[in-house]
Amino acid sequence: MRAFVVAVFAFLYLPIALVVLFSFNAGHHASEFTGFSVQWYGKALSNPFLVEALKNSLFIATASALLAALCGTAAALGLQRIGARTRALFDALLGAAIVVPGVVIGISTLVALVQLFAVVNPFLASLWPSDQPPRLALGYGSIIAAHGLFSMALVTMIVGTRLGSLDRNLVEASSDLYATPLTTFRSIVLPQIMPAVTAGFLLAFTFSFDDFIIAFFVAGAQTTLPIYVFASIRRGVTPEINAIATIVLAASVLLVLLAQWQLGRRKPSP
Amino acid sequence: MSETGHNPDPDNSTGGEIPAGPEPAFSMRGNLLHRNLLTALLLAPATMWLVVFLVLPFVAIAIFSVGERAPEGGYQAALTFAQYANLPARATAFWNTMVLAPAGALACLLVAYPVAYYLALRAPQRWRLILLALIVIPFWTSLLMRTYAWMYILGGRGIPALLAYVGIEDLRLINTPGAVLLGIVYGYLPLMILPIYVSLERLDRRLLEASADLGATPLSTFIGVTLRLSLPGVMTGFSLVMILLLGEYLIPTLLGGGKVFFIGNALVDLFLQSRNWPFGSAIAITLVLVSVVVLIVANRISTRLSGARRVDLI
Repeated sequence: MRAFVVAVFAFLYLPIALVVLFSFNAGHHASEFTGFSVQWYGKALSNPFLVEALKNSLFIATASALLAALCGTAAALGLQRIGARTRALFDALLGAAIVVPGVVIGISTLVALVQLFAVVNPFLASLWPSDQPPRLALGYGSIIAAHGLFSMALVTMIVGTRLGSLDRNLVEASSDLYATPLTTFRSIVLPQIMPAVTAGFLLAFTFSFDDFIIAFFVAGAQTTLPIYVFASIRRGVTPEINAIATIVLAASVLLVLLAQWQLGRRKPSP
Repeated sequence: MSETGHNPDPDNSTGGEIPAGPEPAFSMRGNLLHRNLLTALLLAPATMWLVVFLVLPFVAIAIFSVGERAPEGGYQAALTFAQYANLPARATAFWNTMVLAPAGALACLLVAYPVAYYLALRAPQRWRLILLALIVIPFWTSLLMRTYAWMYILGGRGIPALLAYVGIEDLRLINTPGAVLLGIVYGYLPLMILPIYVSLERLDRRLLEASADLGATPLSTFIGVTLRLSLPGVMTGFSLVMILLLGEYLIPTLLGGGKVFFIGNALVDLFLQSRNWPFGSAIAITLVLVSVVVLIVANRISTRLSGARRVDLI
């Protein structure tokens, strides 16, 4: 069984290792390694389209993860204060936001937003005094919102789990000692849930940064890094993509490790 | 997933809007209005998000699915089931998905179970968390990049080029159902291992000893105790992987070429290329309905076998 497990780990990591190895290949060809070079990293980072896509992805991931961390934490706190039935409905919706396939989230958001814009834009135009009214369109906003849906549900669940295992004795002690609710929240609750919030933020960032399918539908004229990479893969495999893939993989691994470290901190013993 | 729903919370078990018992530990001790206002404020952004970007879009595609395609593409209001009647036009996509999604989930399961078993019951304690982290990391790294790695390996300059050295010519690996299946196992293995690991890890080991003491062979202990008690984890993993596979797009596109396409490919085509939104909506609604059926069946099986258990994804 041990041999089988080792083989599975090899299966999981060898393909990734291969991509990383060939990103340092001096030659063009995938079948032979002709020497060490970082030229493909230089090529990738001097490609203006790619850098633009990378910037877009970083901006979208940061914005959606921040929004998700704020709204998700607020929701997790709010869920503690409502009745079981409302809470079950909320949990079901959050579960749906996580489980519904990205392709369905993508198309339904596309359809809904296009309809919404068709109604709102003429309305805005009629209200606007000058000739150039603001026009709502697919772009940054729609990607951030669509990514934020999954991320917010994720943060709510992670923070909710942590709130469930919160040491209530501390909270009661705090209010027995005449701390105001706000002080109790700031000095007892917040420090205990903060690792979960940070982990949620990091995972939300990773999700948004890696997502292809939702952004593919709602990006409008914008390009994110996965959309750019997907398009170039379809044109043909080049060592330049290996370099981008290595950068993205390294960044994701770093973020996930950070998130796990955060979640592991102060975990109350069972 | 989390265990959110499983914390017996005496404050919230009354079913009404206002908890009858002692207040939740860190609530504002203000008057009732103040309390409810704060609760509403905390929940407002999430509620708006869920309504505007989950519920309304779903209602929108439900309405579209009974509409007609406008002559220039897009949507024209109507009330017809013609789109649903037209579903057989995409029978190949449905067929591929309905065959390869369960097959892929099953293949994942067969590889995942021994790994989860080893991690939960055999691995040395100090290695367990590290090995578990090594399983989780690929799950959170880009599926696009990981699938791309296999395009590289299975493509013309990868394994086929190596095999050509030893005289095996003209072997085509990429753009076959086998390549798609391999990509599926590669992409979704972590998601299958985790729930099974959790159910095995919680297993009461005294049961295994009791079974052995009562004269059961290792095999019958495995089948009667270990396998049986881990079935909820197996069902969770299987249904999660299967549902995500039903909507998969990247793996069939990159590893199946134009030859092995899924429902996801049909949806991309209908929404972004041929702009037949009503038909695409009908397909999407069907996809969601199939997912719901899978979830319900898995849940039934799971609760019948033992108490339902949920799992930490991270």
